[in-house]
Amino acid sequence: MPEDKKVDIVGRGNVEGANLFRDWFAELGEAAKNDQGAAYVFVMGSMAEILKVFDFPLVLPEITSLQTAVRRVADEYLTVAEDYGYSPDICGYVKADIGIHLRNREHPMGKIPKPALTVLTNACNTYVKWAEIWERMYNIPVFVLDVPATRQAGKQFQLGSADFTRDCKYVEAQIRELIALCEKVSGKKFDIDRLRETMAYANDMNIGWKRVLELNKSRPSLFNALTDGTVYLGVSNNFRGTKEGSQYFKNLVEEMEYKAAHGIGTQTDEKYRLAFVGVPCYPIFRRFNEMFAEWGGAFVHSTYLHFASGGANMGFEYDVSRPIESLAEGTLISVREAMDNMFHQDRVLIEMVKDYELDGVIYHPIKSCRTVSTGLADGRRAMMAATDTPSLFIESDMMDKRVVSEAQMKNRADAFFEGLASRRLTAAKTA
Amino acid sequence: MALRLFEKWQDQSLDGVIAECRELVEDADFPTVQRWREAGGKVLGHFQVYFPEEIAHAAGMLPFKMRGAPVECMHADSHFGSYLCSIIKTSLELVLSKQVELDMFVTHPICDAARNLAAVWGRNFDYPCQILYLPQNANSAASATYLRDEYARVQADIETITGKKVTEEALKNSLSVFNENRSLLRQLYEFKRKQPWLISVYETYLLMNVGGLIMREEHNEILKAVIPLIETRSIKRHDKIRVVFEGGFCEQPPLDLIRTISQSCYVVDDDLLIGLRWILEDVSLEGDPLFNLAEAYLEKSSYSPVQHDSRKPKEKMLLQRIADSGAEAAIITAAKMCEPGLEEQVAYTKALDEKGIPYFVSEFEESMTSFDHMEIQLETFTENILFS
Repeated sequence: MPEDKKVDIVGRGNVEGANLFRDWFAELGEAAKNDQGAAYVFVMGSMAEILKVFDFPLVLPEITSLQTAVRRVADEYLTVAEDYGYSPDICGYVKADIGIHLRNREHPMGKIPKPALTVLTNACNTYVKWAEIWERMYNIPVFVLDVPATRQAGKQFQLGSADFTRDCKYVEAQIRELIALCEKVSGKKFDIDRLRETMAYANDMNIGWKRVLELNKSRPSLFNALTDGTVYLGVSNNFRGTKEGSQYFKNLVEEMEYKAAHGIGTQTDEKYRLAFVGVPCYPIFRRFNEMFAEWGGAFVHSTYLHFASGGANMGFEYDVSRPIESLAEGTLISVREAMDNMFHQDRVLIEMVKDYELDGVIYHPIKSCRTVSTGLADGRRAMMAATDTPSLFIESDMMDKRVVSEAQMKNRADAFFEGLASRRLTAAKTA
Repeated sequence: MALRLFEKWQDQSLDGVIAECRELVEDADFPTVQRWREAGGKVLGHFQVYFPEEIAHAAGMLPFKMRGAPVECMHADSHFGSYLCSIIKTSLELVLSKQVELDMFVTHPICDAARNLAAVWGRNFDYPCQILYLPQNANSAASATYLRDEYARVQADIETITGKKVTEEALKNSLSVFNENRSLLRQLYEFKRKQPWLISVYETYLLMNVGGLIMREEHNEILKAVIPLIETRSIKRHDKIRVVFEGGFCEQPPLDLIRTISQSCYVVDDDLLIGLRWILEDVSLEGDPLFNLAEAYLEKSSYSPVQHDSRKPKEKMLLQRIADSGAEAAIITAAKMCEPGLEEQVAYTKALDEKGIPYFVSEFEESMTSFDHMEIQLETFTENILFS
């Protein structure tokens, strides 16, 4: 392989991801300038496939909020929302977003357009409360796409069963109602061929995302699931159902296959393979990763890459010959998968430990997100009982640096790795 | 009704009945549930806010309304992180400590924390632990049919536990019992609205609360016995302000907090244990009982921060509740760490500001034991209104 190809391909996903993010903000800025209303959506079930048919710019407030934390200005927005009356004990994403709106939608990366409507699933209850805030601020329609998920651990309704069909019919009926709402809000007629097109692009992205995640079983791992993975995830959400998103994931698969074939790993000298569970610590995003990388800890996977992709990790392929029915099936299966990765994360991790040859699991429950965090301590007990895999449990937040104690986290991480090293030594002696 | 679970109230004065109710509500060993199990009965524990108890009742199970308890979390603490409301932890504590034993557990997608409970419970107990997916899209034309089928699914799971089919006749009988129960509770609340000096929020709360601990026929007997006693009660009207209490839809405030409020104000309406009063009218006994029950949940129901329905903006519903009850002010509370409650507080207070309605904001936790500070604040609040 010529050296210049290596230069072109290795790290391309991060470069192209950053470029696409700039494009996304440019599009939002343009929409804001033209006073065009956007569709406000969320990462777990964005319904981009439908919304793109109507040419709505998509605002993903989870992403715009987390960017304020990564850029270390979240506290300014949180304070605005708290001064307005919101409690310190609610979701930091919500508060940062309220802060953005109370500042006339000025964001560190550009101006955000006002909402024309909001579409959300029930994957997170706070989505609903959040949407109600915009409903009051802007008097816009709120569409809750209700996706019934797994009722009981290990008892998912299977495609083709009567129970699945029943749930699917409910989702399909709502999708048809959503289309009618979009027609009303946008003033445009629904075009089913454009839906086929967005679904085909989404298929490429789903297939690509699944493949990229599978490729990280390589030793050494090909990308850092916490840092690089978050960039890929951002593209997966922001560009879902688009030509750019489709091409990005084709390129990303090519990059990862190239790296796998040539044994090219990440910049971490991989001694311990780790999974991350929860939502990243965005206020100290890079530093958090360094606490693990310094010890040779490489994040090879995370439940975040499953649930925050809206279950795209399933690689669901729509049947575009019957688009609406298939969109309902795919939405039900994928959003359910996202929820399973939060509520039944123990089952996911037990498989992950085996498939990705994990040495440890890092749990990061956060104050802001009870959807993800409530079951982690209990799930950890189950995971450890089933796999005897060491784990670390550190609480902080995804937005609020007042709750992030870096020194304490580092102490815990250091102790965890000392334990891992000792465990490995003992195992070597007894082997 | 073969088995009586709660007999101490019988042949008592109104004050005596209320005292017995308090004793029962405060007993974290839940003796009525124990009694039911000792007699061979099965228990379905359902988490807040609303569960179609009629289905469990028709199957001969005791529907037990899980509402936490002011207990120390000796077992449950290691199963949860830090930033959670108390009711999530104490409800698990009750079952881990075996103070309550269940045959089935059902939670609902009411909030981010509660929807985790089916998985948490399921990892710790062998009996069925599940979510009843109450529709989050109350405005879809498909919701009522979906919910009817979801109820049928739960019914089938219940039948597996009891080992017998629930007949349509049994369901209709249960609808009738619960219709009567809700009607009696409406009468109780009517007293609060029209003659709040006759019965305080603390007393109505206790009388209502026991309904979640016993079979409804028995609860109906209690209510039918006490309503005439309230009517004939001789209590002088005091110079207290009329308020609506909001924030008791899930985690319950300590009894003494409710009593403290009742000493300063006439609470003329509230959302305490709203699930017991969620359905506002009789459920029809004609046609498919499960569909009727599902439709009533969506179409004949109250409001709470945990249900989105574009026809029922919460702040407008609160203003309506205040207007309907003739209240002069509102007490807007939320349980600590309760995301929906805390978020709704902002919408409520902004709407009250806009209408110029005075309000008192607070947070509570079920294990609180000191109310002196709140009492002083509340007295100041009420005096400001009385003497303004």
